[in-house]
Amino acid sequence: MNFKVIAASVLALVTAGASAQNINGAGATFPNPIYSKWFSEYSQLHPNVKINYQSIGSGGGIRQVTEGTVDFGASDVTMTDAQISGAKVKVMAIPTVLGAVVPVYNIPGVNKELNFSGDVIADIYLGKITTWNDARIAKDNPGVNLPANAILPVYRSDGSGTSFIFTDFLAKVSPAWNSSPGRGAAINWPVGIGQKGNEGIAGMVRQSPNSFGYVELIYAVQNKMSYGSVKNASGKFVKASTDSVTAAAAGAAKNMPADYRISITNAPGADTYPISSFTWLLIPTHSTDPNKAKALADFLGWMLDHGEAEAVALTYAPLPKPVQDMVRKTIATVK
Amino acid sequence: MSSTRMTDERNTRSSPTAPPILSNPPASFAQDSAPPEVDAAPSAIRDFLRKRGSGRLADNSFAAVMLLCACSIFAIVLFIFGILVIHSRPSLVQFGWKFFTRQAWDPVMGDFGALPFIYGTLATSLLALCMAVPLALGVAVFLTELCPRPLRAPISFLTELLAAIPSVVYGLWAVFVLVPIMRDVLGPFLVKTLGWTGLFSGPNFGVGLLTASIILAIMILPIISSLTRDIMTAVPNSQREAVLALGATRWEMIRIGVLRNSRIGIVGAIMLGLGRALGETMAVTMVIGNHPNIGKPLFAPANTLASVIAGEFSEATGDLYLSALIEIGLALFLVTIVVNAIARLMVWAVTRNAPARVH
Repeated sequence: MNFKVIAASVLALVTAGASAQNINGAGATFPNPIYSKWFSEYSQLHPNVKINYQSIGSGGGIRQVTEGTVDFGASDVTMTDAQISGAKVKVMAIPTVLGAVVPVYNIPGVNKELNFSGDVIADIYLGKITTWNDARIAKDNPGVNLPANAILPVYRSDGSGTSFIFTDFLAKVSPAWNSSPGRGAAINWPVGIGQKGNEGIAGMVRQSPNSFGYVELIYAVQNKMSYGSVKNASGKFVKASTDSVTAAAAGAAKNMPADYRISITNAPGADTYPISSFTWLLIPTHSTDPNKAKALADFLGWMLDHGEAEAVALTYAPLPKPVQDMVRKTIATVK
Repeated sequence: MSSTRMTDERNTRSSPTAPPILSNPPASFAQDSAPPEVDAAPSAIRDFLRKRGSGRLADNSFAAVMLLCACSIFAIVLFIFGILVIHSRPSLVQFGWKFFTRQAWDPVMGDFGALPFIYGTLATSLLALCMAVPLALGVAVFLTELCPRPLRAPISFLTELLAAIPSVVYGLWAVFVLVPIMRDVLGPFLVKTLGWTGLFSGPNFGVGLLTASIILAIMILPIISSLTRDIMTAVPNSQREAVLALGATRWEMIRIGVLRNSRIGIVGAIMLGLGRALGETMAVTMVIGNHPNIGKPLFAPANTLASVIAGEFSEATGDLYLSALIEIGLALFLVTIVVNAIARLMVWAVTRNAPARVH
C-alpha cells in the first residue's frame, strides 16, 4: 500500500503540470479538520486531482460559490430562499458529516457535570437568569451546590455557523428567544460578552470564574473540556457524542427533503442530542467545466465509501445510512 | 590651470558624460605644463554642465514625476472613499445618514446603526491617550534631559522594541495577564478608591472598555515617546543654555526651553498615536467584550468600528448586512478624518498667537 502511494506521488510529480485537475473550494471553518484530511488523502490516491480548501466561514463560502469564484463551497448554515433565488451559480447542498454544539461553564467548586434545559440556556442569554443558584438551574441539577454568583454569558462575536446552530435550537425551545433576538450566524445578543472563535470562548470560560459559553463538540473533546448535558425533545438530558448526534440525524432522515435543507436541532427521539446539525458542501448543479464536475462527483462517492468512517476519529458524526443512500442518488445528478 | 587639466583628463576617458574628478594625483599634474586648449571654459563645473546639454527636460520630468507621487496620495484616498461609498450603497439607501446616529445592530432583523461602535472607538482611543500621553512625555523628558548616559541607549532600545511587537501578541498578553489583573487586582482597587465617581460600577469580569483602553495605551506609548524624544533631542542646546543662563531651574529649563519649543512636534506624535489607537483591531477585539454599549460604566463590554468589521465580515450573509459593515468602514474613515481635522485646528489655535520659540 505504502509503495503504491509513493509510486503514485512520484507519478503525480512527473505528470502534475500536464493533467492535474485543480479544484478550489471555500467555506465553513467547523468541518475544516475533516475536509483537510479527506482532500489530502484523496489527492494522494488520485494524483491528478488536487482539491484546495480555504476555511473562510460559511457566509463567505455561500457568497463565493454562488458568484462562481470557487468551484465548490461549504456551509454549516442552510441557504435561505433569497440566497437560492439570487444566486448567479445555482448550487445543490450535499450533507457530509454532523457536528454538535455543547455548553461549557466554569463554576469554582462545582466539579459535577451539569444539566441544562433549553429554556434555561435561553434565559441565561436573555439576561433573565443572572445567578448560578437560580431555582430553575437548581431544579435540573439536584444535589449540586451552586454558588450565588453572577453568571457571565460568553458568545461568539464573529459570525459563525456554531452560533447559528445554537441560536436555532434556542429559538425552537424558547418563544421569547424566537421573537427576539431570533436565529442567525450573528445576532443582537441581549447580554454577555463576545469572544472571537471557539478558542476565544474556551479561553474566556476557562479563566473567568462563573462564566458560561458554547463551543463545537470537537473543540471541547480535543481540548479535554468538560461540558454539560442538554435536555432533548423527549425530556431526557443527553450528553453530546457521535452516537447521540447521529441519532438526531437518523430521526430526521425519514423527513429529509430533496434539497437537504433541514434543521435537526431539538430533533425527536429518546437518545438524540438536541443541538446537532449537518454541515454541507455546496456543489454547482451545472458546472462550466465537466471535468471538474466529474472529479467532484468522484470525490463525493469516495467520501461516502471511505471518508465517513474516518470522521468518527475526529469526533464528527457520520451520516446515517438512509441519508448516505440518498446522497449517492443526488451525486449521480452532478454534471 | 586646473580647468585644462580637467579637460585633458576627460578627453582620455571613454564616456564623455562622466563627471569630472576634482582631485588628481600629482603625476598627471606635471603633464599639464603645456595646455593644448587656450580658450578653455572658465570653470570646470560649468564646462561639464554645458557639454552634457540642457537640464530642462530632466528638470521638468523630475517635477512631473514628483507631482505624480504627490497626486497618488489623493488618488488612493479618493479611490478608497469611492469604493466604500459604492459598496455601502444598499445600507446608505436603507438608513441614509441616520446610520451614523442609530443604535441598533441586529443582523437577524436587518436593522443597523453605527453609533455604539463610533462611541466605543472614540472612548477607547481617548482614554488610551489620557493614560499614554503623560507617561510618554515623562519617558521622553527623562531620556533627553535627565537620564544618565549609560542608561539612555537600553531604555531607548526597549521603547522602540515595544513599538515593533505585533498587535496580536499584545492581545494574547492582555487576555492572559491583563484581564486577570484587571478582574482581581486593579478593578477592585478602582472601585474602592474611585467608586464614588460612578465610572466603576457594575460587575467587573476583567474584559471591557477600560481593559481595551489600557492595552491601547501600552501600544501607543512607544510611538508617542520615541517620536517625542527625537523631537526634544532636536531642540538646540543653545536654547537650554540660554534659559539656564537666565537663572532658570532645571524644571523651568525643560518647560520653557524644551517643551515649549517642541510642542508642535509633540502634538504631531500624539496624533500618530491616536491614529494607531483608532484603527487598532486585533488586540482590542480580544479584550473589549464585543458587546455594543453606550455610556455604560468603564467595566462594561463595548465594541469598536474596527473590531466589528473584523469579527462579522467573513460570515456576513445578505447584501444589506455586508453593506452595513462596509459603511462601518466608511464611518471609521470619517471618524479618522474628523479627529485629525480637530487636532489640526487645536495645533493652529495653540500656535496662532504665540511663536514656536521664545524670543
